[in-house]
Amino acid sequence: MKLLDYFRSQRRRSAAVAKERLQIIVARERTPRGGPDYLPLLKEELLNVVRKYVAIDPDAVKIRLDREGDCEVLELNITLLPEAAAARSSRG
Amino acid sequence: MARIIVVTSGKGGVGKTTTAAAISTGLALKGHKTVVIDFDVGLRNLDLIMGCERRVVYDFVNVINREATLNQALIRDKRVDGLAILPASQTRDKDALTKEGVERVLEELSKDYDYIVCDSPAGIERGALLAAYFADDAIVVTNPEVSSVRDSDRILGILAAKTRRAELGQERVKEYLLLTRYSAARVQKGEMLSVDDVREILAIDLLGVIPESKSVLQASNAGIPVILDKDSDAGQAYDDAVARYLGENRPHRFLVEKRGLLGRLFGT
Repeated sequence: MKLLDYFRSQRRRSAAVAKERLQIIVARERTPRGGPDYLPLLKEELLNVVRKYVAIDPDAVKIRLDREGDCEVLELNITLLPEAAAARSSRG
Repeated sequence: MARIIVVTSGKGGVGKTTTAAAISTGLALKGHKTVVIDFDVGLRNLDLIMGCERRVVYDFVNVINREATLNQALIRDKRVDGLAILPASQTRDKDALTKEGVERVLEELSKDYDYIVCDSPAGIERGALLAAYFADDAIVVTNPEVSSVRDSDRILGILAAKTRRAELGQERVKEYLLLTRYSAARVQKGEMLSVDDVREILAIDLLGVIPESKSVLQASNAGIPVILDKDSDAGQAYDDAVARYLGENRPHRFLVEKRGLLGRLFGT
């Protein structure tokens, strides 16, 4: 019976895995549709503010909205160019 | 005014045409004048599934281009009263369908028919977008399988944004989930997404569950919509789906595997 259970649990996992993967990918792909439409504009304005002080690549800004339980988390990720970082440290 | 139903899915091969044929036949059997239109320009197949491929003279694009009248192009079903088929064109011209042309044909059909069923091509290109654009209701055909569910979700996004109802700010297109090729036995073994899993992910009303069935291939082999095979599980499931669409409250069947003696003895 143990052997049978083993195979059964393997199988049970495949539908569960499918469901979990789908929930994640669908949630991610839905964001532009379900999420607020101010995100692109917000990104643009933030980019302009940061640009006043450091040179950044427009593509180096990642902005995403995640849901964690009851909280919505706005995550902003800006990668500074190496030369920009160097210029800043020499100035300071 | 006719009610316009789009049968759509995003992914190919999930059973859109089988469903369009079955649902339109079912609506006509219930006494509603129904026309089913094949939007898959270049890859006409609804005629084969409906068994009228040898009666095609003019097609949808001929009517749009005013090379034929609707009356000349419509094929009246020989088995069911009040059912007509408008076949797709086999042209390779991708731009053969125009929004204005489709709108004019739908308006004209609207005068004579109660339901217009639009059989969408796979994908999210022109034909699929036009099949969905004028819809009042959408039947989203989905297999319990990851790529199909994901594509269905994309289609739901399109229905919410790129339809006439969405653009005019009207009441949104009513979306129904039709889960096809469902194997209750495999779901019970944990090998296949269950109807509840798919409902939870897509979050739309369930119109029906069509079991994986030999009768579907037999029906398409013969050119007889499977809903006319009243002894088959798939035919009965489609009959239930049509009744539910029309507002009847029918319990879902075929969600549990019928077990044989061996299954009952050794199953858990």
